[in-house]
Amino acid sequence: MPVELNVNGQTRMVAVEPRTSLLDCLREDLLLTGAHAGCEHGVCGACTVLVDGAPMRSCLMFAVQADGYAITTIEGLSPGPGELSLIQDAFCETHGMQCGYCTPAMILTAHALLANNPAPTREDIVDAISGNICRCTGYAQIVEAIALAAERMRSLNRPAGTP
Amino acid sequence: MSATPFRFVSTDRRVREDRRFVVGKGRFAADVALAGTRHVAVVTCPHPAARIIAIDKAEALAMPGVHYVLDGRELAAATQPLLAGLDTPKVPRRPLAVDVARYSGEWVAAVVADTRALAEDAAELVGVDYEPLPFVLDGEAAYAPGSPLVHADHGSNVLLDRTFVWGEVEQDFADSPHRLSLRVKWGRSSTVPVETFAVMASWDPWREVLDVFASVQMPRFPDQVALALKLPGSAVRVYNDVDVGGSYGVKRGIKHAVLVGYLSRRLGFPVRLIEDRLENMRAGDAHGPERNFDIEVAFDDAGVIRSMKMRALDNVGAYAGRSPFQLGKPVSAIVGPYRIRSVQYRAIAVTSNKTVQEAVRAFGQAPTNYAIERALEEVAWHRGLDRLEVRRRNLIRAEQFPYLIPSGTTYDSGDYHAVIDKVLAKADYAGLVAERDRLRGQGLLAGIGIAACLEPSGANSTFEPLLNPKNETTTYTEACRINVDVSGAVTATIHTLSAGQGHETLVGTVIGEVLEIDPDRIRVVRPDSLSSLPSQSPVGSRMAIMMGGAAFHAAQKLKDRIVAIAAHNLGIPSERATYGAGGVSDRAAPQSRLSWNELVTIAHRNFHRLPPGTEPGLAFTHVMQVPTGGQLPTADGRVQMYPCFAFEFHLILVAVDPDLGKPEIKRYFIGHDCGTVINPKIVRGMTMGGIAHGIGAALYEEFAYNEEGQLIAQSFMDYLLPSSHEVPPVEIVHHVTPSPHTVFGQKGSGESGYLGAPAAIASAINDAIRPLGIAVNSLPIRIAQLGDMIAAAREKMSPRMGSG
Repeated sequence: MPVELNVNGQTRMVAVEPRTSLLDCLREDLLLTGAHAGCEHGVCGACTVLVDGAPMRSCLMFAVQADGYAITTIEGLSPGPGELSLIQDAFCETHGMQCGYCTPAMILTAHALLANNPAPTREDIVDAISGNICRCTGYAQIVEAIALAAERMRSLNRPAGTP
Repeated sequence: MSATPFRFVSTDRRVREDRRFVVGKGRFAADVALAGTRHVAVVTCPHPAARIIAIDKAEALAMPGVHYVLDGRELAAATQPLLAGLDTPKVPRRPLAVDVARYSGEWVAAVVADTRALAEDAAELVGVDYEPLPFVLDGEAAYAPGSPLVHADHGSNVLLDRTFVWGEVEQDFADSPHRLSLRVKWGRSSTVPVETFAVMASWDPWREVLDVFASVQMPRFPDQVALALKLPGSAVRVYNDVDVGGSYGVKRGIKHAVLVGYLSRRLGFPVRLIEDRLENMRAGDAHGPERNFDIEVAFDDAGVIRSMKMRALDNVGAYAGRSPFQLGKPVSAIVGPYRIRSVQYRAIAVTSNKTVQEAVRAFGQAPTNYAIERALEEVAWHRGLDRLEVRRRNLIRAEQFPYLIPSGTTYDSGDYHAVIDKVLAKADYAGLVAERDRLRGQGLLAGIGIAACLEPSGANSTFEPLLNPKNETTTYTEACRINVDVSGAVTATIHTLSAGQGHETLVGTVIGEVLEIDPDRIRVVRPDSLSSLPSQSPVGSRMAIMMGGAAFHAAQKLKDRIVAIAAHNLGIPSERATYGAGGVSDRAAPQSRLSWNELVTIAHRNFHRLPPGTEPGLAFTHVMQVPTGGQLPTADGRVQMYPCFAFEFHLILVAVDPDLGKPEIKRYFIGHDCGTVINPKIVRGMTMGGIAHGIGAALYEEFAYNEEGQLIAQSFMDYLLPSSHEVPPVEIVHHVTPSPHTVFGQKGSGESGYLGAPAAIASAINDAIRPLGIAVNSLPIRIAQLGDMIAAAREKMSPRMGSG
């Protein structure tokens, strides 16, 4: 069935089966492969995208349910070709990843956190990413990346959440 | 890091791979799209053991969009069994079961359809008649006479049962005033990467090449796919420029690759198989060691251990590839960091009707370290001595290196006491003890956990000839090629996939260090397997040593050539030519200098200006032999196994809720000495990740089976991976004891943290519950089980109080 999706600020028309998950639709139909399948039952968080700014499991949502919402994927965060957002740069600075598989979802989750909380405590950060499993890092350098991004955002004196 | 003699090595540089991952531009196997790709879903056996009577494909094949249903007989007729590590020809392993299925979830048939969803629908329509057979799950039961046989033709369930004796074990036991024995168990868990295994194969019948895109980390992967498919090695092209979404050992996927390779050849279009999580956990053939240890130690009044007898029985599951070798690697560090002077080691691998085991981070060393550490603690308890002091008395001292252990390996270097002292100072050990006692005063059970252990690194796979006499492997290569193009740009190659280890950063850093040029200006690429030099993939904490070593030597050859060309053109002897940041000058007349670009131009364009007999261009390769490697084991199984041995010391504080049995890690310190660190961000990350994985193995993760032989941990709701809440902040203390065997003094660190974290957690919990007169001797330590043990112990101590 036809669905009109708003993805990264663009309107995209797709024809999907009703049973197609938003994750499969993003990856297979729109070729936005930054969202990853990990468990496909809503635990690992590797498929996280932002739906109206809030982190959601795209494996637990049907594509047809996303009609009418603003979807943000990792591909929507980079300011331009070859450029990194402030949060993306902070993840590079602390090496808040290894294999990179959970990383897009981690960054989107961090993006949502910092949009609402410009000065998160360590506990706030740990809570925010507790639904995103990383098997490589033990989380330390991810927590540091988000804290660093928050600090840099505050020092920029720009509205919180601006990439 | 403090000041180092290096320009780039050991400095806190960014990891170049990270830029593509943070923008979602990693290229994982599932991201590779080929036109016309069809998809596989597998039909699985619901019984732990069953004879396959008949497979009815008609209904599935009648579904629109379904192309093929493949069964085990057809596949077996066209392919060779998968390579086994041990000499066990009667235990054939194939992608699809042939006539008998040997574990619940084993693949019986494969359905190919236009989409994965259709393939799954059709898989449900494949009718299979089974005759259930007797089965065995427990390793000791499988070893016992009279057990149901997993492979009847093999005649028993025993794949390996060998006893090694190194040194005067019986004499040392007879001479020792004390001895004790214990059994400890390491439960079945694994690394469980967030990315499941994914593979796509595409056969080109005109070029006669099978293209393979796989999320793989496996020695000899292209070679094994070719062997199984009866193709020449040059007909299988594996793409090394695929990012692997985590592996830590398990991403072997050989059966998956052979299956889709066959299907693509048979059907004439690209075929893809991406495991879903259930397939991954139940039949991805990626479970880890499940090991019982029976240990006996002989020691003196001071708690100094003279001799150890260890029996390790591993339940490897229904089939075996390389997994039994995980009993062999620990031979390289069978005494841990201790001066135990004789050892009897009995290694037993048995089959059972459980999922197949694969290589897991540390390849059997983490379980062995846990067993050794448990024995040390029991010795201290038995003698009424301090656990830390007993370790200190047993540790090899700095002045004793290089140190030959009874099983024939010489440890390269270390200063274990210094690392421990640093950690104790960092942690304020007296304060930590006071904190434990304060928690105890609040009614909690609290304990301090200690673990000291080694990370053998620089894998040379000598466990292959050690455990399989028909195998004469004495080298385990890694290689690098450097090309300087006519514009002067440097491009280096690596010849394996990576799963987050930062190999591009490693190679860039090493070559930049040698050539004294910015590492970020060095392009690092990954040719496909047909364009590659030998590589054994990133296993056994080897890449800093082996890939770093290969890059170093290739860069050194390049530098030597540049110097030779310059000396010839400056008309001076080579000894007078001084290399600096790419250019070469005359030491006696520094103004006489040729720049990098001038020298590159001569090499590429001016044959008449090259020294006589010099090849034009600037292309250099180095294929690296493992340092200290090259020997076969002696008849009694002594051999130098790994070249380098990193040390780690864990010190933690754990509080246990006495009513719930729930442990909480309050403080975590680790001292880590992996020699010279090449990239501090990478090494720190690996250590932190290893600790998190070790916390999982100690407290949360287990592939549990029920009595009917069904795996009951089939999702992330049952198999619990540590989240950010379960991993505490960790403070790392660095120490650097360079290895004498490597180019910068580096050792391996890819398995760090995991080697000692489970032992440290067990140590802490035992310290916490010892006052109740109980101890835990199996991992994982489940909350409910610990709570029950504590309740029973308290009841026993004060029966009328009840357990609340």
